[in-house]
Amino acid sequence: MALRSVRHYPGFFGIALMCLTVLYAPLIVVMVYSFNDSPSITNWGGVSLRWYFDVFTGPEAPRFKAAAWNSLSIAFLAATIATCIATAAALAMLRAGKFKGRSLTFAMINLPLMVPEIVIAVATLIFFTMIGFTTGYLTILVAHITFCIPFAYLPIAARLQGIDGSYEAAARDLYATRAQSFFLVLLPLMAPGVVSGYLLAFIISLDDFIITNFVKGAGMETLPTAIFGSVKQGIKPNIMAISTLMLAVSFLFVTLSYLINRRGR
Amino acid sequence: MAGATPDSASAETTYRSARVPLLLPTWLVIGVFLILPVALMAVYSFLTKEMRGGVIWEFSLAAYDQFFINRGLFGDEPPTLEWTYLTVFGRSILQAAIATVLCLLIGFPTAWFIATRPPETRGVWLFLITVPYWVNLLIRTVSLRFLIRENGPLNDALLGAGVISQPLALINTDFAVQLGLFYSYLPFMVLPIYAAVERYNFAWSEAAADLYASRWVTLREIVLPIVKPGIIAGCLLVFIPSLGAFLAPNLLGGAKNFMIGSLIEEQFKKSLGNWPFGAAVSMILMSLVLILLMLYARSAARQETR
Amino acid sequence: MTRLFATTSALCLMAGAAAAEGTLSVYHWFEYIPQELVDKFTAETGIAVTIDTYDSNEAMLASLKAGRLGQYDVAVPADFMVDIMAKEGMLGTFTAEEMTSLGNIAPQWLDVPFDQGRKSSIPYQWGSTSFSVNRDVFQGDISSLGVIFNPPDELKGKINVLDSQNEVLILGSLYLGIPQCTTDRDQLTALSDMLVTAKEHWASFGSDSAKDVLVSGDAAAGMIYNGFSAKARAEGANVEYSYPKEGHVLWMDNMVLLKDAPNRDNAIIFMNFLLQPENAAAVTNYAAYTSGVTGVEPFLDEAIRTSPENNPPEGSTPGVFAQVCDDETQKLYDAIWINLKK
Repeated sequence: MALRSVRHYPGFFGIALMCLTVLYAPLIVVMVYSFNDSPSITNWGGVSLRWYFDVFTGPEAPRFKAAAWNSLSIAFLAATIATCIATAAALAMLRAGKFKGRSLTFAMINLPLMVPEIVIAVATLIFFTMIGFTTGYLTILVAHITFCIPFAYLPIAARLQGIDGSYEAAARDLYATRAQSFFLVLLPLMAPGVVSGYLLAFIISLDDFIITNFVKGAGMETLPTAIFGSVKQGIKPNIMAISTLMLAVSFLFVTLSYLINRRGR
Repeated sequence: MAGATPDSASAETTYRSARVPLLLPTWLVIGVFLILPVALMAVYSFLTKEMRGGVIWEFSLAAYDQFFINRGLFGDEPPTLEWTYLTVFGRSILQAAIATVLCLLIGFPTAWFIATRPPETRGVWLFLITVPYWVNLLIRTVSLRFLIRENGPLNDALLGAGVISQPLALINTDFAVQLGLFYSYLPFMVLPIYAAVERYNFAWSEAAADLYASRWVTLREIVLPIVKPGIIAGCLLVFIPSLGAFLAPNLLGGAKNFMIGSLIEEQFKKSLGNWPFGAAVSMILMSLVLILLMLYARSAARQETR
Repeated sequence: MTRLFATTSALCLMAGAAAAEGTLSVYHWFEYIPQELVDKFTAETGIAVTIDTYDSNEAMLASLKAGRLGQYDVAVPADFMVDIMAKEGMLGTFTAEEMTSLGNIAPQWLDVPFDQGRKSSIPYQWGSTSFSVNRDVFQGDISSLGVIFNPPDELKGKINVLDSQNEVLILGSLYLGIPQCTTDRDQLTALSDMLVTAKEHWASFGSDSAKDVLVSGDAAAGMIYNGFSAKARAEGANVEYSYPKEGHVLWMDNMVLLKDAPNRDNAIIFMNFLLQPENAAAVTNYAAYTSGVTGVEPFLDEAIRTSPENNPPEGSTPGVFAQVCDDETQKLYDAIWINLKK
């Protein structure tokens, strides 16, 4: 039988397409209304670029820029650090046999998932205050790393679980050290899991509102906290402009990485 | 899967001697920045509430009493089981379960589809799935609300196409909430399943096809058991946050009934606050999830020894 | 690693300390002060202003209690919250000599029960909470709270109420004619039963979305703040604000000086600034409520000055402030609210 047909399941493509449609439909709304001349989300007033100008030059522009920078840099740092920690943890949990404290560690890793965000938020702030950890960029970063770990961990572990030990055994037979067999054999095999974990952690950090709102220092904003108040009362088009811009940035990202990938073949 | 050869079995313990340094960052970060604060919360649940938020350091079971025991509106009727909060929990569990099933039904084929694309385009598809999440969830939820409201574009389109004759009352319904939850957590289902399917060796599917198995039987009997870890991971990553979510229920469901998330938020942010009670509800939620996770850990461990 | 940590923290602290010379840290409701006014303040005084926001009085209180007191100079709580904060010892005080523009405050707001003699707060905006009805959907009589609690057929299933325990329970009490903070069992049971029955006809609970749902048509009537209703009208909804015969809720937001304010002097300057008529008018024009400062009328927009939401008709029942109940009674009201939303 042709290689292709065992991969093909009728209807799966359709569902995937529908999935993407549902995901993007509200975004289309956001994009379209970012060009709306009228300030109200429900009435169409004609096409205009005024909100884009407002984002960059309006009274709130410096605030949004600072917030966007904070959000992106924190997400990048938190995702990177969390992924490293999670990869190490996955190695230990799945490639170190049974040891005392294994189930406890497993519970620990997943603890941030189990605790409601609002509880983490208040508890963390109280705790930071108690130990005198002045709130600011660092407090947000630390809190983000903490709750990103399980999101990075689960895809990495799922992936690692399915990797047959014989590859590493073969590497060892060829006198590779543990580090060599990890970086040259295991890690490339784990790569999709690591990438998935990284992406999840990145998104989670970028989107977080509740915890960030409680543990950030005065005057420091991330994008969600900066726009939260506005959005709850009914989105203003300048917020939609920001969102469209972020979308554009990520599409740029995708195109770039696709081109780089193509180049590498 | 093929029985473990002596070689691959020893691979299972390759890093045994390195386990402490490998786990140390995890222990430190989570131990200090999560466990300590949560322990603080656990303590709070056994304290007396201060009227305007905060706690008085006096032991009290009032929070748990409020959750489980009904003493009537004025607190002086004979104690009976309090159904109010158990109902809230039941409702949230149901919502989360439905959202998880929805994510699974749509997420699995999507993940499968992406994992079976040629390697160069896979990354593109992955990014396509995750790119919407660069836009803040709050905005997407409010845009979703805008889409499905009675005078919104969706109803306009359906009416215009003649598919329906009356606008669908989608907003402020359970369906809207599930749509919102599905929308919030879809990538958490897709990404783990994708990672698991990508690892799957299609030679087995081919072998099954050579033996005249239909593709659906192959899926059920061969593929699913192998990608099960990914599926379970995805389900957990959707179910658990959904339990405590309150954006989707509030903005799309009309906030007419408490969910676990809004109940807790109410204790800390909205009314004049009952922190011990909020802490108690959180503790009860966590216990529930802990049991779930222990079952998962046990089944994952069992799978490894196969 | 620890050294890096310590150095970074030290640098952050120093940067914070150095900047304190000409800064002001404000904790405010979202979108409650126009940016132009803040810029004007900075231009006049050279003080840089940072504004952090909250979306409810209780969220602000929770946040300050959990450790943020000492980071902000001023906050803007509602009347009952000023009372609570004073009892919690969270407020700083100023003297009449420092607050030179204290005399600008309208006489009826100078000596208020929650801050007698104005030692810690100045009025910011005050307004009312009642309900509005979309006149395109319902043309009948809207002079009673029964529109919300016992709605006519056209409005059933299309009503939004505020997601706020205080407002809903007080308006419910006014409708039934029972006093606030009552401990009478029959009255409380009646209130609870009435609310649960009324809820059948409500579409949603939402405070921030109260304006949005009226403009979009998701709701045809709803509890709403008067300024919000004016804004809804400005956005095209054909809504009419009601001053019901049973009464409505009155509220006043105040700017308070916080205890341990890092830039106390700048805070006083800011508060004096806001007591100038043209600045108070700028806030009023933006927020669409009413200022507590005398002499703002010449600076107000025509639409705001004459809006029906800010000018109750002659002979309408005056509004009442929310009362802060004692702990035991508050528990009963908490129970009613949870029972309503379970």
